[in-house]
Amino acid sequence: MLSNPIGPVPLQAYLIVAAFLFCTGVWGLINSRNAVRVLMSIELMLNAVNINLMSFSSYIDGSIIRGQVFSIFVITVAAAEAAVGLAILLSLYRNRVTIDMESFNLLKW
Amino acid sequence: MNIAYSTELICFLILSAVIISGSLAVVLLQNIVYSAFLLGGVFMSVAGLYLLLNASFVAAAQILVYVGAVNVLILFAIMLVNKKEKLKPIEGLKNRKLISGGVCGGLLILLLRVSITTQWNIPGPTSIGEEATERIGEHLFTDYLLPFELASILLLMAMIGAIVLARRDVSIPTDYLNDMKNKKSLSDKKIPLLTENSLK
Repeated sequence: MLSNPIGPVPLQAYLIVAAFLFCTGVWGLINSRNAVRVLMSIELMLNAVNINLMSFSSYIDGSIIRGQVFSIFVITVAAAEAAVGLAILLSLYRNRVTIDMESFNLLKW
Repeated sequence: MNIAYSTELICFLILSAVIISGSLAVVLLQNIVYSAFLLGGVFMSVAGLYLLLNASFVAAAQILVYVGAVNVLILFAIMLVNKKEKLKPIEGLKNRKLISGGVCGGLLILLLRVSITTQWNIPGPTSIGEEATERIGEHLFTDYLLPFELASILLLMAMIGAIVLARRDVSIPTDYLNDMKNKKSLSDKKIPLLTENSLK
């Protein structure tokens, strides 16, 4: 089913890889105590979404490639997110002198 | 068996193995510097998948932006905040990990089931080759012009916001400033190249 040796790589294979990547990112996002690793998990999830967009763009929309344009926008937003997230992390570290996510409870009720 | 298809299949298998094992290592490894470097490897393999999907421009953008900018930024952040600290133990951490692992596994099974059982009525992969870059440019300046401009504004806002957030508020006392005015420059000061202790 997955490794059909006659034709090209099926669409499902790309979707399965993206699903693995996304679930790994979600798990890391929930369970990381290091704040930098949380940002890395977010990047993993964004990459999974990009793989989905690109594979659908190539398999369904091969001549108009709207998916590629969309994934370029996702890459742009991810770069902005990483910059702002790491800046927030630095100022948090300066105030709290730790990067443990469990100690960032300033906005809790 | 067509040799092009088998080559594509082998490349896909290698790249996806690197992606899956690399992402697991990014999440699970204790040393965060290792996981940052492995994250770069995962980004490179994702760019390889884009090349397999006939998207050379997006693959180049992925390498430039992710490996060149985001990964380096993450490494810098790690080096700025890298302090060996003992994390406080939290009760129920194992349970939390197990429950969230169950939730993520369920999500994975759901996604796999959807992607496998759906009858994708697709025309199959079509390639427009090098024309893709021109097509992306046409899209960006015709029907996606507004998101393009919004993305530039977003990048500007993110840049200014990052500078404002990460800037250290330095308040220089005024007597120090007066001292600095009285001294002409650093090169006028007599700084011995070798201290006396090092001569002994």
